[in-house]
Amino acid sequence: MQWETVIGLEVHLQLATQSKIFSGAATQFGAEPNTQACAVDLGMPGMLPVLNEEAVRCAVLFGLGIGAEIGLRSVFDRKNYFYPDLPKGYQVSQFEAPIVGKGEFEITLSDGSSKRIGITRAHLEEDAGKSLHEDFHGMSGIDLNRAGTPLLEIVSEPDIRSAEEAVAYLKTLHSLVTYLDISDGDMSQGSMRCDINISLRPVGQEEFGTRAEIKNVNSFRFVEKAIHHEVERQMDILEDGGSVVQETRLYDADRDETRSMRSKEVANDYRYFPEPDLLPVVLDEAWVQSLRETLPELPVEKRQRFESQYGLSTYDASVLTDSRALADYFETVAADCGDAKIAANWVQVELLGQLNKSELDIANSPVSAEQLSGLIKRILDDSISGKIGKQVFEAMWNGEGDADQVIEARGLKQVSDTGALEAMVDQVIADNPDQVAQYLAADDGKRKKLVGFFVGQIMKASKGQANPRMVNELLARKLV
Amino acid sequence: MAIEQDEIEKIAELARLRIPPGEINELTERLTGILALVDQLQAADTSGVEPMSNPLDAVQLLRPDAVTESNQRDAFQAIAPAVEEGLYLVPRVIE
Repeated sequence: MQWETVIGLEVHLQLATQSKIFSGAATQFGAEPNTQACAVDLGMPGMLPVLNEEAVRCAVLFGLGIGAEIGLRSVFDRKNYFYPDLPKGYQVSQFEAPIVGKGEFEITLSDGSSKRIGITRAHLEEDAGKSLHEDFHGMSGIDLNRAGTPLLEIVSEPDIRSAEEAVAYLKTLHSLVTYLDISDGDMSQGSMRCDINISLRPVGQEEFGTRAEIKNVNSFRFVEKAIHHEVERQMDILEDGGSVVQETRLYDADRDETRSMRSKEVANDYRYFPEPDLLPVVLDEAWVQSLRETLPELPVEKRQRFESQYGLSTYDASVLTDSRALADYFETVAADCGDAKIAANWVQVELLGQLNKSELDIANSPVSAEQLSGLIKRILDDSISGKIGKQVFEAMWNGEGDADQVIEARGLKQVSDTGALEAMVDQVIADNPDQVAQYLAADDGKRKKLVGFFVGQIMKASKGQANPRMVNELLARKLV
Repeated sequence: MAIEQDEIEKIAELARLRIPPGEINELTERLTGILALVDQLQAADTSGVEPMSNPLDAVQLLRPDAVTESNQRDAFQAIAPAVEEGLYLVPRVIE
């Protein structure tokens, strides 16, 4: 039978606030255990939550960024379950009245096609702490620094049909939230974690199959692998005439498999009720409107502008708009050197190549936009060839200064002095009488190929520094 | 609306409450009594009434995003039954 995969994603996004959602404790990553957990985060008796306005602002910005309905009156609820890293015994979340309602955004797939994925809702909630199961004499260690960190849980419609679409959705979402500057989006630090709801149904069937939920997948690559595995597992069950059990599964990256989380089976009853310690959050329409006016240019708009303004392909434009910092870098280089296509090429090939190799972020690039554009300018004014440019780039990468300093220090300036070039051309012609005779005997079509030999010899003699355009001109004049 | 004994057992498990077997019957009766009151409330016509999430006629105030708490780990951990390397220790929980 032919099966169709149906996927919905729930993404937990850590919002980039200084303090927790309901307390004044810091949210900085990597602090000593429990040094950023105050009485509110620990669930001490008598503590009352007070909502962080920045978390609200981030959530609304997200809603505006996906064109969603903004919940002008949203309500916090208690989601009840027991786990040691949840000190109060409930998580403060939003259930009936979330702050962000229905919206959607577009994803682009590798074949260039695009698809709209619906967002069901996004709501504010607090994160739980962390349980460490390493050896503490048979006990678990609890770090509550993360407890109370503001999260935006973004729930998609079951519109996703493959692992590739799921990854494209997450990448688009990642790009959107970093453009909006509402999260650092750092998956390695858990700033973006993903639950995957996945089911299969026979192709053509309207009704959804029974789904399994895979919890807490924290990288694009694991999302892809976890989906492939879960699809295979469910397909095996269904092909054998069995039925999928609705359950929560955990993706184990080490063993590359999903397995059942038995403890969650009985606990799947969260008994939500309105949080009595918080009042309804009422937003002013004018305030939402003022936020709408501060929205930056978003990835899709920027990509379209790059295509039309700079004449870039959809692919190039989408690579360059992947992050706001990269797009800004490219635009600085393009504006400064005056040639957007060459700028795009250098940023994509040399710069991104080196950044990836060194696992560096654009923000930490050793070569600044001004330096790269300085290099491109020297190529454009024929001071150096593109090939030498790569050498100069490497030297700049290694901290040898900007392009002019490297060219000067290494003596890489292209020889454009007619006298010096003429002497080299004359020498090569004198040294290779056979090739000269061959060239003179050939017709125009063949001459074009044969002239390459002389150019090669001259480039060799000049250690690549002869100006190729001038060499060609001189050869054309002298080979008669 | 009556409540069944197995429902009470399930809710007790979710709430981590241990109910001595001898008390289940009495508890079932008392909860059924409370639910009868709820039934009475359910009978009221609430069409056109907006659900109330809080009895106070006020809206949530927001606080500025600033770190106002300092590290008081030592004070908190002084009253914890077991700590190590800055962590609170609890009976092992693992999936």
